Amino acid sequence: MKEGFFVSHEIGLYVHIPFCKAKCYYCDFNSYPGLDSLIPEYINALKTEIEIYAGKLKDKKISTIYIGGGTPSILDGASIDSLLKVIFRNFSVCKDAEITIESNPGTLDSSKLHAYHSAGINRLSIGLQSWQDRLLKSIGRIHTANDFIVNFNEARNAGFMNINIDLMFGLPGQTMEDWMSTLQNVISLKPEHISCYSLKVEEGTPMDKLIQEDESLAIPEELDRMMYHHVVRELKKSGYRHYEISNFALSGFESRHNMIYWNACEYLGVGAGSHSYILGERFGNEESPSEYINKINLKGSASYSEGIIDTMESIKEYMILGLRLIDGISPEHFEKRYGINIYELYGEKIEELKSRGLLKTEDNRICLTETGLDLANQVFVEFI
Amino acid sequence: MAGERQNRIRNFCIIAHIDHGKSTLADRILEKTGVLTEREMEEQVLDNMDIERERGITIKAQAVRLVYKAGDGNEYIFNLIDTPGHVDFNYEVSKSLAACEGAVLVVDATQGIEAQTLANVYLAIEQNLEILPVINKIDLPSARPDYVKKEIEDVIGLDAQDAPLISAKNGINIESVLEQIVSKLPPPSGDEEAPLKALIFDSFYDSYKGVIVYIRVKEGRVRVGDRILMMNTKKEFDVTEVGYFKPGGLIPGNELLAGEVGYIAAAIKNVKYTRVGDTITLADNPASEALPGYKKVNPMVFCGIYPADGAKYQDLRDALEKLQLNDASLVFEPESSVALGFGFRCGFLGLLHMEVIQERLEREYDLDLVTTAPSVIYYITKTSGEVVRVDNPVNMPPTTEILKTEEPIVKVSIMTPAEFIGNIMELAQDRRGVFKDMSYIDESRVMLTYEIPLNEIIYDFFDALKSRTRGYASLDYELIGYKESDLVKLDILLNSELVDALSIIVHKDKAYAKGRRIAEKLKEAIPRQQFEIPIQACIGQKIIARETVKAYRKDVLAKCYGGDITRKKKLLEKQKEGKKRMRQVGSVEVPQEAFMSVLKLDT
Repeated sequence: MKEGFFVSHEIGLYVHIPFCKAKCYYCDFNSYPGLDSLIPEYINALKTEIEIYAGKLKDKKISTIYIGGGTPSILDGASIDSLLKVIFRNFSVCKDAEITIESNPGTLDSSKLHAYHSAGINRLSIGLQSWQDRLLKSIGRIHTANDFIVNFNEARNAGFMNINIDLMFGLPGQTMEDWMSTLQNVISLKPEHISCYSLKVEEGTPMDKLIQEDESLAIPEELDRMMYHHVVRELKKSGYRHYEISNFALSGFESRHNMIYWNACEYLGVGAGSHSYILGERFGNEESPSEYINKINLKGSASYSEGIIDTMESIKEYMILGLRLIDGISPEHFEKRYGINIYELYGEKIEELKSRGLLKTEDNRICLTETGLDLANQVFVEFI
Repeated sequence: MAGERQNRIRNFCIIAHIDHGKSTLADRILEKTGVLTEREMEEQVLDNMDIERERGITIKAQAVRLVYKAGDGNEYIFNLIDTPGHVDFNYEVSKSLAACEGAVLVVDATQGIEAQTLANVYLAIEQNLEILPVINKIDLPSARPDYVKKEIEDVIGLDAQDAPLISAKNGINIESVLEQIVSKLPPPSGDEEAPLKALIFDSFYDSYKGVIVYIRVKEGRVRVGDRILMMNTKKEFDVTEVGYFKPGGLIPGNELLAGEVGYIAAAIKNVKYTRVGDTITLADNPASEALPGYKKVNPMVFCGIYPADGAKYQDLRDALEKLQLNDASLVFEPESSVALGFGFRCGFLGLLHMEVIQERLEREYDLDLVTTAPSVIYYITKTSGEVVRVDNPVNMPPTTEILKTEEPIVKVSIMTPAEFIGNIMELAQDRRGVFKDMSYIDESRVMLTYEIPLNEIIYDFFDALKSRTRGYASLDYELIGYKESDLVKLDILLNSELVDALSIIVHKDKAYAKGRRIAEKLKEAIPRQQFEIPIQACIGQKIIARETVKAYRKDVLAKCYGGDITRKKKLLEKQKEGKKRMRQVGSVEVPQEAFMSVLKLDT
């Protein structure tokens, strides 16, 4: 077998913005409303952290930048511009780098979008979640569908030709009709990319409490799957390629940044609570924004190790991440990367999962079947 | 000579209901006789095993030799024998009692006499023991010493006027107990020149010395070098050591004489050669007859014990063998189950014995176990005339071959405050009990006697009794024989496949209710899987209950990005751990808990 990690020249850079206007009821991300006063110091700490890493990773080239959150679009154009400038100045960034920012209606306007675009952002991800205002309200969103339409058009006008729309299904109170009309409306806008997430009720969130108090709010698995199967069908019909469990794109608009994760390649995360996978090690950053700022300022680092990823661990990750892709895993690529035949290692398991109807081989690739997409964890546990 | 020596010996035990203060009083006696300082003493020295201490019960007999300087100026040797206090160990109790001349009967001044107190008192009376009543916990506000004295006189017929009123916990009046042991309990007798007759009342295995045999010398003497003969098992050994007991240890001596309590070691490899109740004599000068009352105790309750991890089969065997070294009443033989793989069918004296063994296997040997529902021994007469003994439901012949089925019946004595009579009658009836007798012990307390099939009480009868009487009722039972009964084998099918480990034998009238309940329980215990799983309970070919575990439709994490990978990996690892705890039964994954859940049908 070859070395455990896959040393790539090109890496993705993730920048975490842990601020938002209001916490959505389902959210358990590292995000804090009401901490806006920390933003200037936080941006400075980010810049410091970027400079320090750039010094350590001189031979890495950045092919994608992803500014995620929280709600990064809470930041004004100048902040984003200065942040990107620091990245460009310190790192070698590919000319055609994909540079994404996550945004939420309610924090966007035309001039901000123009500023982002001028700063170098070339991909905009907008959190719409649902077309029904009553559902938006019920999950704690601060915007309406109309706010979204306005922002979407402003984004196009500002020059964004690669837009993703985030949607959620399986929301309490959501009907099949709601979901179908959400999709129809979104498709008519012709975004380049659509992510559709089945609601996951995370422990300790307000949504979790609501459902514990009234179990009838949880939608049945059957309906959740009907919604999923519907979106897979509809988006295919409209020319989108289903390329990951929850992701769809027009050809050539697959998220390059996220593909880095699913291909088990390297990425660097900066900012509070961000995670990195570099040189065979996973590490995370301090989650609390103020602690993060303190640690960066005092020690130049806010990270803790999450462990060395040896060959076996890397293979596991390669399997559970790669199988999330609709194209699945290429045995050829597997052997090239790890120096071992995938069937030698997993032949029996793959056969068993095939007989359970969860895996299939197609065009010499191993991938999830339609049922496998619904029961992916059943497949993944076999490789853990 | 023997007379004077024996006059200074008192061999006695303490009998009491659980929690009435037996072990605490034993501790105080140890303290007052000066063998231990308070500091050296761990609470309740005589209960050796953790499980004994936790449950406040004694499982193995213990003995200790103490020296007491009495008020008359003389020194007396006290041999205090702590007896098991549970119905499962009645035979052992009777043999411990047979090693004594007297018994200290401890009664809780707040609770009065309980079923177990009575059971043990009767055993002591059978052995002709002099009984010294002691009333404990008199310092509690709810103590009613005069009432309890009267109760002892009325119910047992003992004169309790002079009974010491004590608090073992607070050390009140312990001297009067010691003085009365000297003045009221008789010394031993027995001719020390006669051929040796020594009663075995317990034994344990020591890896250096071999079996340490607890004996009471009734006649004659035994010393190192003697060749001894076990009169019932006919085994002969050479004595390598004799001696006395001190708290937590042994004191080697020269010889043991008639009237004394002590131990011998003779390089004996297994406790099966030193059966409780057997008589030891000298091989070259044997006694003409053994002491009366020896019997080989037979297990009454059986269950399958399997390692949760099949690879631990050998470890389980080793552990059972080690436990058996000290416990001749534990029996086991290999068995295999389609559902559970390789394991052992184990026989126990009773439910407590079973629980204790399971707990010791898990705790002392760090084994993760799956146990099947306990069973009793049934006798099945086949149409061919052949009689089969069935202790595992799997071995029940097909219905068409059965002429007659018989099951063991126990006589159950329940002592309860009168207000709960109705509840108990309801429970007993529900368990196919036949009412035999009801007698008032006093105005407020009643002794109910029922004959109940043993298989109705081996699951959870005691818990059910306690919950229906707010913990006030106490229970004692003894096997009285076999009775013909309409028994059927209840099978469970998962996804149309028989799961042998879940089969039970039940009375026909109860099969429907039980089948339904088991199916319901299994539905709760078996997680949803990729396919729908029908659960069926059936008798022969006839399905009597059905439940369905629905298939899961969704098991997928919608999001997995850079920041999620470590966390999602942990989630999947946890899911995998859960899978590991499952047994593959045909195409169905069954969690270990599911096998146990059928044991607790009432809850």
